[in-house]
Formats: sequence, structure tokens, C-alpha cells
Amino acid sequence: MEQTEELIPHLFRTEYRKLTAVLTKIFGLEHIEIAEDISSDTFLMASETWGIKGLPENPVAWLYTVAKNKAKDYLKRNTLFDQKITPHLQNNSSEIQEFEIDLSEQNITDCQLQMMFAVCHPTISSEAQISLSLRVLCGFGIDEIANAFLTNKEVINKRLFRAKEKLRMEQVKIEFPSQGAIEDRLEMVLRTLYLLFNEGYYSAGKDVTLRKEVCLEAMRLTNLLLENKTTNKPAVNALISLMCFHASRFEARVNVNGETILYQNQNENLWNEELITQGECFLNQASVGDKLSKYHLEAGIAYWHTHKQDTAEKWESILQLYNKLLQLEYSPIAALNRTYALSKANGKNEAIIEAEKLNLNDNHLYHALLGNLYTGIDNSKARFHFQNALKLAKSKADKTIISKNISDLGSD
Amino acid sequence: MKEFLFVFRNDYQAVPKGSPEEMQAETKKWMDWIGGIAAQNKLVDRGNRLGSEGNTVKPGNVITDGPFMEIKEAIGGYTLVRAESLEEATEMAKGCPIFKNGGSVEVRAINPM
Repeated sequence: MEQTEELIPHLFRTEYRKLTAVLTKIFGLEHIEIAEDISSDTFLMASETWGIKGLPENPVAWLYTVAKNKAKDYLKRNTLFDQKITPHLQNNSSEIQEFEIDLSEQNITDCQLQMMFAVCHPTISSEAQISLSLRVLCGFGIDEIANAFLTNKEVINKRLFRAKEKLRMEQVKIEFPSQGAIEDRLEMVLRTLYLLFNEGYYSAGKDVTLRKEVCLEAMRLTNLLLENKTTNKPAVNALISLMCFHASRFEARVNVNGETILYQNQNENLWNEELITQGECFLNQASVGDKLSKYHLEAGIAYWHTHKQDTAEKWESILQLYNKLLQLEYSPIAALNRTYALSKANGKNEAIIEAEKLNLNDNHLYHALLGNLYTGIDNSKARFHFQNALKLAKSKADKTIISKNISDLGSD
Repeated sequence: MKEFLFVFRNDYQAVPKGSPEEMQAETKKWMDWIGGIAAQNKLVDRGNRLGSEGNTVKPGNVITDGPFMEIKEAIGGYTLVRAESLEEATEMAKGCPIFKNGGSVEVRAINPM
């Protein structure tokens, strides 16, 4: 019995999303709840039956057979049948019996890809796209999603409901975008996958395992894009490269309590060499064509961070990558990181001048940076900025780090 | 916030052809300067360099080979930035590496139509 309980959650996630993708394609996005219900019912039945009778020989085949039958039953009993299935089947009742739901690997993959485009649709907010991706593309439970977003079930349910309504209203279809639209849509998908990865990576949630799973799901979905010729673009390779580099530090960057360990304090031996190598491989594959994306630049920066040693080449390279990144897309974090890299490459004095121009006065990281830059040059200014940072910081981890910086300044 | 155009002028004959290291150092100065503007979220368009060939059309459809690279202040490129005032934009221009070689930056406000 114990084996069953362990097997089902794992199965639920991997097979739920496959079933949901195929069924949603059949029923249409506007009836996604039916697809989700059938999938859920199938797993409920599995829980009940396997709990009593034990595991079947081929659990996946069992699930697929049950899901197919439930779907066929539903189609037969509903007027949906008339609208969804090609008209000629209506006149030939024997064909109804044989209506096959294609659960081959190829179809599953195609449907999942098409679902990705549908879910990462510009008509709903990024937050909604991420929540919907976690639910429908990754098979996460509502509780798990609420946990990942540090919010509650009601918020997530509302968000999902509204998102599905919007997609319904806009009549979004489960299909590959046309040749003309695919580049723009792919950009949207990549943006969502990037944000999804960041949710797991930078989340302040205590469930470390869950956060890792969110990152791994983002990587798995990005991989789906790589496996399809139409969507295997340089930017996609750059994105997965970036994810690999970040993921390589999973074991080293968080302790068992979910607290962040700063880069300079991380144990390099815990960095995953295999992921780093994969990242390098993908970065090479990404270095073709003439479209430089922000993912290329971020992957380049992440690549340099896999070398812990402070070398002139490292910091000059990172500085130039940030120079380019900021031209492509400004963000306060990139501006701050660029200034830090500049301090390493061009010296603290120049960096202080540049930093003072940024004026990100409400940002605790800005003050932390200025505190860091002024340390050893003008300690009273350093203290002033660290104290501002302490006031503005929200998380306990940040406050702890800043407090230590203040005490390290000593009493001058 | 308004937008301002930087027009870069240089005497192309006077630009010394340095060693690869020197040229790389020059490139770094430009990238750091533009990067610095971008870091302040004040870069509107990095702009471009202009080709050395061109034409000037004058009244009566007179066409001359312009822009005459021999003249001291040929326009070599442009960049667009964002600033509160002409003063602020001018201050930003002071960091441009072009001055070393005798070049100049003209700062002009964009007047939207």
C-alpha cells in the first residue's frame, strides 16, 4: 500500500499534464475544465482501485485506458459531440465506438506544445500565465501553487478562473501559431518560462523541494521547445543554458531552512558540474544566427559566474554583457549588478560616481550596493547607506546580511 | 522627461589608428559610456554610425558628394537619450570618449511635432 501512495503523486503530475493536454485539444480550450475533471477523476479512480487491488502491471496504460473511456462516455452523452466531432461520424454510429483518442508520444508532445502557446497568451497577465502553466502544463496542485507564490488557495483559484474566462472570451485555440505569428508568440512563451524559473529560483518560500521542482518544470517545458524543429531557436537554447547555469548552484545556494547562502559564501564543491557543462553546450548552440536576445546576454553572465575566481577577464566580460543587456532592456537589478561589475573592472571610485547617478533611492539593494562601494573609502557614508538599506529591506535574510555589513564597519 | 539627440562629429583624418589594444580600450570607453546612460534608464536609442559615403542635395536639384570626410567636423553617428533638461543632457554628453580625438558632441532637443 505504501508503494502505491508514493507512486501516485509522481504519476499524477507527469501523466495528468499529458492527459489534460490531449483531452483539452479534443474538447477545446473553452472546455478545459472537462478535460481537467476527466483527468482528476481518472486519478481518483486510480487511488481508490489501486489502494484496494494493488498496482496494475502497467500503471500508465491503466490510466490512459480509463481516461479514454471516460472521455468517450462524456462525448457520447453530450451535445458537445455534435459540435466537436466531424459531422460524418454522427451518421455512422459504429464509428463512434471506434473514435480513438490518440495518446501516442508524438501526439502528447504536440498537444503539450500547442497548450504552451495557448496558456502563454498575451491576453492574460504574466502572473496568470505562470499559475495556469503550473496547473495545466505542469500538473501542480492548487496548494502547491499557492505555496510557490506565497499566497492562498482562494487567490490562486480566482486567478485561474479569470484566466480561463479570458481565454474563453478571446476564443484562444489549442494550435500552433501561424508562420507569421510564431516568433512573437514564442517570445511570450519564453518570457513566461523565464519568469516561471525565477519564481522557483528567487522565491522566499520555505519549501525548498517545491521551489526546485518549479525550476525543473520550467526547464522541462523549455526542453519541449528545443525538441521541436519549428521552435528550436537560438533564444530558446540561450534560455535553457541560463537555467542550467543557475540550477547548477541549487545545492549550494540554500540551506535546509530555505535561507539563501550568498554566492561568495557558497561551497563550490556543491556546484553541479554536469549542469554547468550542459549550460556551456547549449550556449554554444545558441551562438548562431543574428538575433541577440536578452537570454543570450544573461546566459553569458551566468556562465562567467560559474567561475568563482575573481579575474580581470571575468569582471570586464560581465560588465560588457551588462552594458549590452541594459541597452536591450533596462531593469533596476541589471543596473545595480552592472555597477557592481564596474567596480570590479574599473575600480570603486568610478563605480561610486556611476552609482550615485542611479538614484534608486527606494530600493534596499541600491543602498546596500552604495554601502558596499563606500566601505573602505568613506565609512560614514557606507554606514548611512547600509542603515537605509536595513530600513527598506523586507526579508529577514536580507536584514541579517545588511546588519552584519554594518557591524563589520566597526566603530569609525 | 524629454528626448535629446547627440550628434557625434569628428575629424576622421586626425583619428590615430592605434594598436589593437588601444582600439579595444577605446571601444570599452564608448561601451561603458553608453552603458552608463542605459543604467540610468536614460538611453532611448543607442543609434548608429554613419557611412562615410553620402550625397547632399541642394536647391535646383544640385547633388554633391557629401558629406566630405576631409572637413574637420563630419557627422559620424548619433544617439538618442532622455533627460529632464538640456543641461542634464549636456552633462551626460561630457562623458563621451570622442573629445580626446578632437571630436565634439552636439546636443539638441527633440521637438515632437
